[in-house]
Amino acid sequence: MSDAEHSNPPDDENERIPAMQQLLDNPFLLLFLGVVMPTVFYLIWGIMEIISIPIAK
Amino acid sequence: MSDFNHRVCPATGLRIHKSAENLIKANAVVAIVFLAVGGLFGLMVALTRWPGVHLLPADWFYLVLTGHGLDVLLVWIIFFEMAVLYFASAILLNSRLAGPRWGWAAFALMLVGAIMTNVAVLQGNSSVMFTSYVPMQAAPHFYLGLVLFAVGALIGCFVFFGTLVVAKQEKTYKGSIPLVTFGAMTAAIIAVFTIASGAIILVPTFLWSVGIIGNIDTLMYKTIWWAMGHSSQQINVAAHVSLWYLIAAVVLGSKPLSEKVSRMAFLMYILFLQLASAHHLLVEPGISSSWKIFNTSYAMYLAVLGSMIHGMSIPGAIESAQRARGFTNGLFEWLRKAPWGNPAFSGMFMSLVMFGFLGGITGVVLGTEQINLIMHNTLYVPGHFHATVVAGTTLTFMAATYLIVPLIFQRELIMKGLARWQPYLFGLGVMGISVFMMGAGTLGVPRRVWDITGADALIKYDYSGAAYLMMGLNGISAIMAALGGLLFVIIIVGSVLFGKRTGDKPLEGMTMTTAANYGSDEHPKIPGTVVLVAIFFTAFILYYFVNWKYLAEVWPLR
Repeated sequence: MSDAEHSNPPDDENERIPAMQQLLDNPFLLLFLGVVMPTVFYLIWGIMEIISIPIAK
Repeated sequence: MSDFNHRVCPATGLRIHKSAENLIKANAVVAIVFLAVGGLFGLMVALTRWPGVHLLPADWFYLVLTGHGLDVLLVWIIFFEMAVLYFASAILLNSRLAGPRWGWAAFALMLVGAIMTNVAVLQGNSSVMFTSYVPMQAAPHFYLGLVLFAVGALIGCFVFFGTLVVAKQEKTYKGSIPLVTFGAMTAAIIAVFTIASGAIILVPTFLWSVGIIGNIDTLMYKTIWWAMGHSSQQINVAAHVSLWYLIAAVVLGSKPLSEKVSRMAFLMYILFLQLASAHHLLVEPGISSSWKIFNTSYAMYLAVLGSMIHGMSIPGAIESAQRARGFTNGLFEWLRKAPWGNPAFSGMFMSLVMFGFLGGITGVVLGTEQINLIMHNTLYVPGHFHATVVAGTTLTFMAATYLIVPLIFQRELIMKGLARWQPYLFGLGVMGISVFMMGAGTLGVPRRVWDITGADALIKYDYSGAAYLMMGLNGISAIMAALGGLLFVIIIVGSVLFGKRTGDKPLEGMTMTTAANYGSDEHPKIPGTVVLVAIFFTAFILYYFVNWKYLAEVWPLR
């Protein structure tokens, strides 16, 4: 397969790329979001709840 | 564009980097070996839980149950996912693999880790089951093996990300990466969080097992462990959904209905899918309902929305491709005349249906705090995840292997007649396992219990006759699935070793053009898929509310 067939060139090289597409085309930004979201909402929040349980006397 | 040691695939025209090809082969072969071992353990578990057979004594039961969970939930699947990551990056992007030596280091670490943990289990002093909840303690090399395996998998993920960078820099593609690669990237992102969480909890647990740390808090362990334990199954979901798109594209040349919408659905996985881990902790008293409900209900429902988008997009893409081939009569001619004799297609489609109807709907039920109470820690839970992980992931990986053998191993399949039937045998067996375990769980049968008759118990509980029937039918289904699994291993190993070489001739009925490109179907018509989706929603709503009614009956509020 030639490179030309393997690509999806934009109609216009100067065409503005929408913000959402820029996000979806950035694997490392997605990696950041994919790690931060569960770390904050699942791990950190969950751990904070556990360490705030009063210790039995 | 740099030159690299490659061959040109006669079927697809893609350049195949030799290092990537060898790594795909190595990871796929080891994956199948562990599938065979873990599958055998699974058969023994099912035959022990069948009261009429009750195969193993208690200590052996918990040993093989631990080995079964470890080998099929983790080792088989993650090795195969490494193969998927290398395929979706180097092969589909027409690129060289970044850091092949790191890829081999990852492979070696994973293999050593997997063997070390299996040895620990087989030595008999690490029957702590897959979850290895503290204060149960396994041998130190059980945890060390898991840590090595996880580090290897993490390195493999970064080889994948590095390959994305290399492909972009060397301009092996233009614009956006294809959807299959995007889905594999989603799997790799989830894997990074999963493996990091595993390291956070398994490293101190290892230190506890050798006596350096005095105590591990049980609730803290459960919370962090499930960030790994459940998220590892979310890697599977992203990977097998990607393979659904791949198989539909390779076998039928189908394009996504809307690449943008499908990518948004994967974004929902990236953001929300891992939060569903909280549903394992819904009955823990130490954590607030706010945490539970946010993670399982609000966040998880957005991830479920992503799955439902894929669940419409993939059959829709298949319908559109089939209609373009002329199968336009009525609502379902496209479905009736689909290539049901091709094991890659039949395995993929059955997986899609069972994942949605059995795994998806029951997952939402289990993720709802109130109705979770009906079946929490019953056999319903393994019933649910056999629908997602075995019918969903394993069956899809089997289907994809039927493409990998000619494309990557360059061998023709042996026993083609039996290969046609293999996905049906395995798929129906797994469907039975899932349905009957969920049925038994609904009747109160607990998971992970060696003997439900309580023969030597002081206070017995008499389960209904229907529960015993379900356990027997589960055993029969497990035998069927095991035969399907055995057939798969024989066909694939036999094909790799003895199959006729494909040489340079084009492979019949395969195209990679749509899978290796970004782009959507134009003006698709999918009336049949709309009807299938309506049936799905009807089943979903009915089952969901039936469980609320059931909750009201078992827990009357007066």
